[in-house]
Amino acid sequence: MTWLVILTIVAGFSIQSFYLPSKAWSGQRELLVSAAVSLKEAFEELAIIFKNKYGVKIIFNLGASGLLQRQIEFGASVDVFASAGENQMDILQSKGLIVEETRKDFASNALVIVKPKNFAVDFSSIHDLQKKEFKIIAIGNPATVPAGYYTKIILDQKDLWEKLRSKLLYTENVQHVLTYIKRGEADAGFVYRSDLLGKENTLDQYMIPVDSQPPIVYPIAVTRYSSASEMGQAFIALVRSELGQKILLKHGFGVPEK
Amino acid sequence: MMEEIWFPLKLSLWVSFLATILVGISGIFLAYLFATKKFMGKNILDALLTIPIILPPTVIGYFLLLIFGRNGIVGKLLLNAAGISLIFTWKAAVLAAVVVSFPLMYKTSKAAIESVDRDFLHASYTLGHSQMGTFFRIVLPLAKKGILAGLILSFARSMGEFGATLMIAGNIPGKTETMSLAIYTATNSGRELQANILVAILTGVSVLVLYLIQKQGAIVGR
Repeated sequence: MTWLVILTIVAGFSIQSFYLPSKAWSGQRELLVSAAVSLKEAFEELAIIFKNKYGVKIIFNLGASGLLQRQIEFGASVDVFASAGENQMDILQSKGLIVEETRKDFASNALVIVKPKNFAVDFSSIHDLQKKEFKIIAIGNPATVPAGYYTKIILDQKDLWEKLRSKLLYTENVQHVLTYIKRGEADAGFVYRSDLLGKENTLDQYMIPVDSQPPIVYPIAVTRYSSASEMGQAFIALVRSELGQKILLKHGFGVPEK
Repeated sequence: MMEEIWFPLKLSLWVSFLATILVGISGIFLAYLFATKKFMGKNILDALLTIPIILPPTVIGYFLLLIFGRNGIVGKLLLNAAGISLIFTWKAAVLAAVVVSFPLMYKTSKAAIESVDRDFLHASYTLGHSQMGTFFRIVLPLAKKGILAGLILSFARSMGEFGATLMIAGNIPGKTETMSLAIYTATNSGRELQANILVAILTGVSVLVLYLIQKQGAIVGR
């Protein structure tokens, strides 16, 4: 009998706690932003500035851009979407799920090949990945991770995709690639230049020449069904402001030239 | 399209089949041991064998990665001694399936064996049968309903395994992408047709397998 009473009380508390967040929503004290994982540190810095300026707290939903896009398609009530790839934003735009006028490019990035520190093999060009020392190459899943999609483009251009295919390991987001490299589970990987900041000493890297890189541009937009559209636009404005751009550059991103 | 559906289906069935066999043999053996013998540390070992049921699959995957990864205790050994790498191959998918479904087989079989009347065993011994003989001719047949239930549960659990598999086998189309992983990726990349077909097949195959085994069990056990 006592079990039943305790269970009911616990259930009661659990159900009650679901109501509290919605009170916060209606007060518009919070903004929910879905952002690509690579933006984590830069956006957290911007969130602090945003809070100080507007008194609104930003909650981040981080993940692979493809996953975030699908969440929005399935009805996730996020206010702003910052994607690492244009495809994902294009799809949402074609489905009318973003406010087109608010869509802006705010940063760019570049792909870098990394390998575990002191991995003993000569590496001077991307074609060296065919060497047998590279048994496992980690890349983001091209279907859901923009970095992986762009990696496929580069490899296709160099006629290396089919040749390297059996060595490829797909990860769910770019951070996984870094983890695998650091742990020595993979022999090489493709990550963003921004992901390497501060970690240069933990692994070896090879910069892919600029003329081999596809343009990697990050778009941001307010979602159609956001209830905090004004706040969302204010955040976008902050991201694109001189201050915002300075912070993004500091974290390894490039200017959103197109 | 066919390739994207056919391979995950084949792989999941193969992985689950193999895992169920491995789990069946080891599960029945250990269940018999723990059900009939007394030895030191039995309770602790029993808890260890049961832990995977409580741990979230991602935690299990993490531990497996630590142990069987290239720099892991076992992984490093296998690599240096025999050049074998389990991680990111279909074998890792089998490993994940075995670890998560073992407790199901073990617990169910143990309960079934414990419920066999001890008098039958003693009678068998006095009539001249060895322990092994008694095990195969008396214990197994009498415990077969529970054992069969354990096998069904293990197979089902293996078919549905996702978290640990994703971590140690990775998600590599054409190599380690099981049905659960394929459904996950297809859903995340907007390939709804592929996702729908895979879900329909997985549900159908699961129901079919359960039905067939159930039918078998109804004839076998009475």
